[in-house]
Amino acid sequence: MIEFENVAYSYGGGELLSDISVKLAPGSFHFLTGPSGSGKTTLMKLCYGALLPTAGHVTLFGSDVRSLDRDDIAMVRRRVGVVHQDCQFLNHLPVAENIGLPLTVSGRHAETGGDDLLELLSWVGLSNRADALPPELSGGERQRAALARAVIMSPDVVLADEPTGNVDWEMSQRLLKLLVELNRMGKTVLIATHDLGLIRATKAQVQARVLRIANRRIQLAGADL
Amino acid sequence: MLKTALAALWNGDRQADRVVPPSGFTAQLTLFAAATMAFLAVFALALSLASGRLATIWGQELARTATIRVVAPLDQRAAQTEAALRILETTKGVASARALTDAEQQALLAPWFGPELAIDALPVPRLIEIIEDNGGMDPEGLRLRLAAEVPGAVLDNHNRWRAPLVKAASRLKLLGWISTILITATMAAMVTLAAHAALSANAQVIAVLRLVGATDSYIAQAFIRRFTLRALTGSAGGMVVGMLAILLLPSTDDAGGFLTGLGFQGWHWLVPLLIPFLAGGVAFAATGAAARRTLKELA
Repeated sequence: MIEFENVAYSYGGGELLSDISVKLAPGSFHFLTGPSGSGKTTLMKLCYGALLPTAGHVTLFGSDVRSLDRDDIAMVRRRVGVVHQDCQFLNHLPVAENIGLPLTVSGRHAETGGDDLLELLSWVGLSNRADALPPELSGGERQRAALARAVIMSPDVVLADEPTGNVDWEMSQRLLKLLVELNRMGKTVLIATHDLGLIRATKAQVQARVLRIANRRIQLAGADL
Repeated sequence: MLKTALAALWNGDRQADRVVPPSGFTAQLTLFAAATMAFLAVFALALSLASGRLATIWGQELARTATIRVVAPLDQRAAQTEAALRILETTKGVASARALTDAEQQALLAPWFGPELAIDALPVPRLIEIIEDNGGMDPEGLRLRLAAEVPGAVLDNHNRWRAPLVKAASRLKLLGWISTILITATMAAMVTLAAHAALSANAQVIAVLRLVGATDSYIAQAFIRRFTLRALTGSAGGMVVGMLAILLLPSTDDAGGFLTGLGFQGWHWLVPLLIPFLAGGVAFAATGAAARRTLKELA
């Protein structure tokens, strides 16, 4: 699905990531960990074409990311659900419409009226907040709304960048449970987090591999985590 | 691509409109500026069309008329007039020629001497009005023949004073068109500025839309539609007010209309109706260009 081959990325100064080769197979569950500033978010952005590698090749769904034009990138993003660290919404539209936004922008607005959206809202526990505006939501509610928005198109891959960054332990468990459920439904999941407790708790529920960024490179962390 | 863009514009997409937050104040400004520009465009058009009309009238109608003045003592005047008319009958290019009657000449002189003037007692030159056919006549040849046979006849083919007037009217017409072009360009600049402001103000909205898989054309469409409709409605309003102002200009009689005939005649009244569509088209193109430029720089 997503393949990195000797990928390097630099922001002008030195290289932030170098010689990264990773393959996210369909249905796999990966954690991405490493200290702050080690390049977790950058690696995520390389996964959905928000950044282009400065060296090496990133292959998204079989095509080299450099060969994709802007419309192709838009199409890739319909197959990749992204939950950002600081989730952004359209603040003038209610939560339900924000969650249905990926359908709206891909010309499938009619489907937002169906039961799927209601089901999804109750799955993330936001049924009673459907008409609220995004600025009225708490941190945990925002994260769950972002997750619902990320999966409404039934994407092949779900990328979550610190999805539990600003929620309490109980809420992070709930969010993780949702992501594990998605993985059981066959989605490829990649979660960036520096919360090792979260990774341990998940490993009991699903077979997850842990990628650690250290010294600009990816290492496959052992079972000792 | 243009065809699909126009179709999207026409059909509209209420949802695409909704994804960009409404902008109250700047929307009013765009409407106002479009209305102002359309109002000015109406006058620029009126100026061009009216001066074009004057240039045509002066150029065509006066070009086909000429006058002969027969200056002679009273007792010879009738004979010389007869002689001149006979010459004119055999002159190539003259469609018709006739001497003005005493009553007509009195009417011509009345503004200066009053209606009481006893014109038949004065040695007023007799005027002969010549109307040329489409081929036109040879004024030099006619002058030579007149000089030989009717010494008191002076031919005036109006060229002397017509040429500078036609030139002035043509220049006015050119100025009017230049103004119209400048107004259109200003409108494009204004819409581009407004669209840039709207695109920058909605940078976060655009980022969210890109993240969830919106194409550039979808995002651009939301802005294009908005600005095109604003320019269209604003300029339609300005155009209507401008046309009313032209309609309400004090009407002038034939004599005054010669100088103050600013306005539209006949099918020219339809020309200003194009202004809103031109404004809409300009806004469509300007917003599209601005959106494409801005979006290209985003991830």
